[in-house]
Amino acid sequence: MSAANSLPPMPSPGLQGDGAKVWQRFTLAERLARFSIYFAIVFAVAWSVHSVEVISEFIWDAHVQIADMGQRMWPIAWGFYPKGVHEALIETLNIAAVSTLLGVLMAVPVGFLAARNATPNRFLNYCAKFILVSTRSVNTLLWALFFVAVFGPGALAGTLAIAFHSIGFIGKLFSEAVEDTHKGSIEALTAAGASKLALIQYGYWPQVKPTFWAIALFRWDINVRESAVLGLVGAGGLGMALDTAINLFQWDRVALILVTIFAVVIIAEIVVTEVRKRII
Amino acid sequence: MSTTAPVPAYIKPFQASPLARAGWVVLIVYLAWAMSSLDFNYARFVTGLDNGAKFIHRMFPPNFERWDLLVKGLTESLQMAFIASFLGVIISLPLGLLAARNLMPVVVTWPVRLIVIACRSFHPVIVAIVCVKAVGFGALAGIIALTVASIGFVGKLFAEAIEEISMKQIEAVRATGASFMNVVVFGVVPQVMFRFIGFSAYETDANLRNSTMVGIVGAGGIGGTLFAAFQRFDYDYVFAIVLSIIGLIMVGEVLQLWVKKVFKQ
Repeated sequence: MSAANSLPPMPSPGLQGDGAKVWQRFTLAERLARFSIYFAIVFAVAWSVHSVEVISEFIWDAHVQIADMGQRMWPIAWGFYPKGVHEALIETLNIAAVSTLLGVLMAVPVGFLAARNATPNRFLNYCAKFILVSTRSVNTLLWALFFVAVFGPGALAGTLAIAFHSIGFIGKLFSEAVEDTHKGSIEALTAAGASKLALIQYGYWPQVKPTFWAIALFRWDINVRESAVLGLVGAGGLGMALDTAINLFQWDRVALILVTIFAVVIIAEIVVTEVRKRII
Repeated sequence: MSTTAPVPAYIKPFQASPLARAGWVVLIVYLAWAMSSLDFNYARFVTGLDNGAKFIHRMFPPNFERWDLLVKGLTESLQMAFIASFLGVIISLPLGLLAARNLMPVVVTWPVRLIVIACRSFHPVIVAIVCVKAVGFGALAGIIALTVASIGFVGKLFAEAIEEISMKQIEAVRATGASFMNVVVFGVVPQVMFRFIGFSAYETDANLRNSTMVGIVGAGGIGGTLFAAFQRFDYDYVFAIVLSIIGLIMVGEVLQLWVKKVFKQ
């Protein structure tokens, strides 16, 4: 009993006596970093709103323009579908499928090279990482402009554009999946004297397989959306039909193409969800 | 002798079901057909290589002579990305909450989910086309297009993040007799705050990328300059613009990772 009395008094939290330390969740550096981010966000938005060039006459005119557009879009030119849209739609779907396949074929080796555990060579890691970052930084439309200049307008340019842009996305996610694999089975295979190929086939592949299919499906879904746009720069698919219709001010056809894109995107999403449930 | 069924010589383990195998065959046949429809052959490949060499030859050295136009375009892209991300996140916060199926009745989640899906189904460039018609050429059309794209993406991620939270804390807060707003502020927000910041940073990065592209259809930013230079075959200027865009995007990615790191505690 008497021992308890001799204990020094406990510092109670929240009590700010002289010399008593107040518990703080973040260090000064952390608080400063956070504050500077808040400040930067506020500053960036304020600066942008203040200095962006917006022509105010256009805003007051907007409701008239939107009403006009709605009027021109209605009724939707359903009759145009078999003549001008169906073929473009099939082309869009083909571009999406083939580009996903090509993208996966190119991305998987790069992904393995970028994974630190699968490729224990820092130089190769950085080379692969550079490929992944640079292909991703160049937008699909930029790739499309390049391939249109190289191979001429058409679906081929679009396919290659999406395939090259996909490398970065697929490769990054894939290399992360490879880095997340458990070492156990790989060490066991190494101990048994497995070759590098056998290591990949029996050690890494079974572990990354579900992620791999999830990535491929996800990318296909994105590619369906992207391939609908590429035609604007002449790379085939629905975008080409859209571009023509817009240039000719045939807004009823534009409406038809927009509805088609919407339907395809929704169907693609349903397909992905269903297949994901079955495979993974 | 007992009458057991004859054991087959060898059964392949982990055999796929007939349906799955048929699915594979269909997929492979489709891919082969799709590839053949691309009209790709050796002659085209050779001319392509030739064109590509010419193209790359004309891109070098990058021409930064008209840097004032370049900086103006990039600044506008940056401004569009900031405003659109800010608006997108602000609008997505209530939409994400309304779309979360664990907190809201079906009557509310369905229409909100439909709005979010509609925003997400069109590529920002396509939304930009419609916006250019509605509000004219310039940055405003781009801002609206990017905001719509942000709502589609961030709104979905917010809703999913809220659906994945632990309901125990919600119950605890509810048990104290908290109002709905209190449940949101003290039960939901602390659980999803870090993920929200991550999504917002990611979306800002994505908007920065797209804001350099919507200009192709006249919605402001560097894209218009880029496309014009491309159509005039000023490939050295195109290369200068592309290099600047890549530089900007890489800075954006580094900043995004840094923001995530700061808020990780």
